[in-house]
Amino acid sequence: MLEIVFVSTINGVLFGMLLFLMASGLTVIFSMMGVLNLAHASFYMLGAFFGFEISRHIGFWPALILAPILVALIGMVVERFGLRRVHRYGHVAELLFTFGLTFVIQQVVEMVWGRLPVNYVVPPSLNFSAFTIFSTTYPAFKVFELLTAVAIFVVLLLIIRRTRIGLIVQAALTHPDMVGMLGHNVDRIFMLVFGVGVALAAVAGVIAGPALVTQSNMAGLLGPILFVVVVVGGLGSLSGAFAASLLIGLVQTFAVAFDISLADLFGPLDLDNALGDYLNDIWNVTIAQVAPILPYLLLVLVLIVRPRGLMGMRDT
Amino acid sequence: MKHLFATTALAVSLVAGHAAAEDTLKIGYVDPLSGGAASVGQIGLNHLKFIADEANAKGGINREKVEVIGYDNQVNAQTSLVQVQKAIDEGVRIIVQGNGSSVGVAIEDFVAKYNRRNPDKHIVYLNYGAIDPVLTNEKCSYWHVSFDANVNVKMAALTNFIKDQSDIKKIYLIDQDYSFGHAVADAAVKMLKEKRADIEVVGNEFHPLVKITDFAPYVAKIKASGADAVITGNWGQDFSLLLKAAGQAGLKVKWFTYYAGAAGGPTAIKQADLAGQVYQVNEGINNLGYPEADKTIKAYIDRYKDAPVVFPRIFNTAGLLFKAVEEAKSSDPADFIPKLEGMEYKTFSSGGDGFIRKEDHQLFQPLFISSFGPLKDGESFDEENTGWGWTKIGEVAAKDTVVPTTCEMKRPG
Amino acid sequence: MTGTSFSLPPPTPGGATSNPVLRYGIWVLVAAGLLLLPQVFSSGLAISTMCLMGTMVIFALSYNMLLGQTGLLSFGHAVFLGLGGFLTAHAMNMGADGLFPLPLMFMPIVGGVTGLAFGILFGAVCTRRAGTAFAMITLGIAELVASSALILRHVFGGEEGISVDRTELPQPLGIVFGPQIEVYYLIAAWCFVSMLAMYAITRTPFGRMCNAVRDNPVRVSFIGYNTTTIRFIAFSLAGLFAGIAGGLTAINFELVNAAQMGAAESGTVILMAYIGGTGFFAGPIIGAVLVTYLQLMLSDITNVWQLYFGLMFIGIVMYAPNGIVGLLAAQRPLLERRCLHRMIPYYVLALVPGLGALAGLSMVIEMTTQLSVSGSEGMSMSLMHIPFEADSVVPWSIAVVLLLAGGYGFLRAAAVTRNAYDTATADRRAG
Repeated sequence: MLEIVFVSTINGVLFGMLLFLMASGLTVIFSMMGVLNLAHASFYMLGAFFGFEISRHIGFWPALILAPILVALIGMVVERFGLRRVHRYGHVAELLFTFGLTFVIQQVVEMVWGRLPVNYVVPPSLNFSAFTIFSTTYPAFKVFELLTAVAIFVVLLLIIRRTRIGLIVQAALTHPDMVGMLGHNVDRIFMLVFGVGVALAAVAGVIAGPALVTQSNMAGLLGPILFVVVVVGGLGSLSGAFAASLLIGLVQTFAVAFDISLADLFGPLDLDNALGDYLNDIWNVTIAQVAPILPYLLLVLVLIVRPRGLMGMRDT
Repeated sequence: MKHLFATTALAVSLVAGHAAAEDTLKIGYVDPLSGGAASVGQIGLNHLKFIADEANAKGGINREKVEVIGYDNQVNAQTSLVQVQKAIDEGVRIIVQGNGSSVGVAIEDFVAKYNRRNPDKHIVYLNYGAIDPVLTNEKCSYWHVSFDANVNVKMAALTNFIKDQSDIKKIYLIDQDYSFGHAVADAAVKMLKEKRADIEVVGNEFHPLVKITDFAPYVAKIKASGADAVITGNWGQDFSLLLKAAGQAGLKVKWFTYYAGAAGGPTAIKQADLAGQVYQVNEGINNLGYPEADKTIKAYIDRYKDAPVVFPRIFNTAGLLFKAVEEAKSSDPADFIPKLEGMEYKTFSSGGDGFIRKEDHQLFQPLFISSFGPLKDGESFDEENTGWGWTKIGEVAAKDTVVPTTCEMKRPG
Repeated sequence: MTGTSFSLPPPTPGGATSNPVLRYGIWVLVAAGLLLLPQVFSSGLAISTMCLMGTMVIFALSYNMLLGQTGLLSFGHAVFLGLGGFLTAHAMNMGADGLFPLPLMFMPIVGGVTGLAFGILFGAVCTRRAGTAFAMITLGIAELVASSALILRHVFGGEEGISVDRTELPQPLGIVFGPQIEVYYLIAAWCFVSMLAMYAITRTPFGRMCNAVRDNPVRVSFIGYNTTTIRFIAFSLAGLFAGIAGGLTAINFELVNAAQMGAAESGTVILMAYIGGTGFFAGPIIGAVLVTYLQLMLSDITNVWQLYFGLMFIGIVMYAPNGIVGLLAAQRPLLERRCLHRMIPYYVLALVPGLGALAGLSMVIEMTTQLSVSGSEGMSMSLMHIPFEADSVVPWSIAVVLLLAGGYGFLRAAAVTRNAYDTATADRRAG
């Protein structure tokens, strides 16, 4: 039992931090621009492929710097010539613009790198096991993932709390119009914010690419889990997103460990007809079986009970 | 945009329908050719084009030119049906499909209904990869032929192999939570009990289909169970991520799989560094040393360097089809299906004996258990440019893979 | 697609004319069109495609009750399509066993009732919020339902779904519904009735209140209406019609599976409504027809059709946010002013370089594809029956010149056209 709790906690924290790594850029963009960037996962994929291509030629560490910069440039171009124009048509148009972008980015990636997974491997400098607990080894790469996530969290938090840009951002959260009236170049701030947001996605791509599968459909397969993190955490709250990532990581990991179904709790159903078949489906489902669906349940519940999310500052 | 020009042409084609040319044998390939699943779909189309070109170079089949037309179904059952309708309008009588049992069942149903409602015009569905057992059991149809061994057949072969592995005492099952995954798990539990009652099934796990990013908790569970072997039907991302998580956690078990050889699988096994630990059961691998197959495989890989993945089952599908068409001297399904029933055939990978069972139109063929690792001396084919390849570990003759069927086939007339 | 954005006042939905002859005449025309279409497009594929289009028209219109009329962006509308389809399929199977003697032609009612019931259920949960929170709740519900569908295998039939045979049901008028053409007329009839009903809803006071909730919810509260109730009713009604569409899909394909309520289907309906134009009643109809057509046919022409699809969608979001119908409706003030002929030279002026740029772009895309994805098929390719080699210089130069010159010309011409348009409409306002 102790082993399960211990190992699940570590796995949960690691997974939670991976989620935060992927979602941090999304929450930055969402909180500062109010745009839910549906193409976030696509920029994450771009990061992974740039990371693959660059690390193949000049190594992983330069890739970790260069790939996000490249993606940030692409992101800023997208913001300057696309999103900014769409902005005046409202949030729905912005959402749909990023939705269209997902098709385009996926096809372009397919054209350049093909449809099969590419061989993006963990760099040798991180390819050793960091520690072993209960005979389970934890690779250094995962620890690096965790440290990067925490570092990003701390740096972003410092920027928001301690710098002038952060001040404007905080003001923009509660009084967006006033900030514009005070003469800040809202357009340029938005462009930078979008660039930084997608760059963070790219960082996640470079780091998660080798651990997961780098393939042209990876953006689509990631699914909407990142939106769950951002929305459950609360609009405009970096700490909220951090807490939500941890929560989702732990909930999902611990759920996997429990093979308990309603049948185990209340005994098997004795209904020998069609209705019995239907009910048995529900009766015999274990918690472990539905673990990856739990975040969505959490999303619905949180939004019903507390629409501003765990630590949000205003209603979404 | 290009479609602006093509729209008019298409509109015209909608009105007129395509006139079917008499002197071509048209094969309609209905599988994903765009979007996320296209990687495997495109490989299948490459195979058929390669086979068609080879057949045409030899003067065609019954002096008919073989033409392969791809129809993009986006692995969606409804879209598939419209695409099948499109194929029929364009004069196609032979539908080939293999990705996704949901699509397979939809096409099987559609083809059966179509043939019943259009008694003067028959189409046939050649299934090279949808292996849910319902296709040849509860839902079996006269107009469907299954060329890949179905879940139960493969599990029979796999358990025949496991039976003799005395070091395996505890087995863990992990599968995707949908009908295919459940079919794999059910067959494993049943057959292990029959063949090796002393093996304990220490876990029977189901996880949602392509929803998981982190398999570490599942690997932890496998580890905690003390299993020394895992059987899984996982494919695609669910396979790759599972294996990579196992590699990272240092899990040392034997993996018995259905789809380790599918696109992306070999790359993941190499990355997880699981040399010699991953086994697959399928209808053939590249390194069997059968000269005839080697020649074809070489030619194929030379042509498709970007996606050098070989599916022997598609060669078998086309080979059996051509043989039946030649014997029947007709490319009308109503004429050549009777020839396919009970037909004996030397399979592509090893030239071993295979046959199509008349009762359910299932091809039985020699199945191979192989393991994946660095190429050994005399093995010339690696997978996905990894430098690793498949090595034969065991072979199960076609007659030893025969499993009973519940099919009650409705025959025409 | 002229690609210019017109500075229009926000369009009024429906935009019906007061002339009764015209108002009813349109519906007579629609009915006649639906009846005559199979005579014009008679191939098997055409009939199948039109059947699918018919169901998608209902589906997209029902979605627009939310997005266009009430301002609610839902990411889970396909849930109702799927649930309606499943219940219809179960009812049809019971009907075939003689347990549920409802003739096939009325089976979509089962879908509608199912859609309404789940609309009420889910609506009670999510319509308490609007905006992003609403969108996210629908996303969550959609994921929950779609995932459960694969787990609850007895209700949803697992991956294969539930298949039915529509010919086994009671046949009161002797119509077997075996041939696809008979199904077409069934779908056309339901499509017509649903269109009429949904149009009628937009004309009721309730429909107007929906628009008010979309445009200014605060004011709606001030004048004493409960915005939540209005959103709730709109959501439930949208579920009802989506359920009907689901029932028709079950009849059409004789098959319902879990993919039908997946995220992809929910995404497609957003595309349909938006491409057609959410601000107009006819928008989603045009959008559904066009998107269905492109999804089925574009893949025959090009491997990378999703790229064109994405680009087209982005183009519409950026340059024609009122959709295709919005572009057409922008010509109405010109028609009224009888000066459309004055604008036509400008449109041609913009269209020619625009098409040139598109041709260049499509050459670049297709040649890149030939070089990368289809490289193993060799370098020979042809566009519009003109054969050439993808790795030679000449076609690339042509493509780049076309793209750059066409793009520049188009931007210039678009600016001129916009000015001319503004002048023409300003004339009207002044006069």
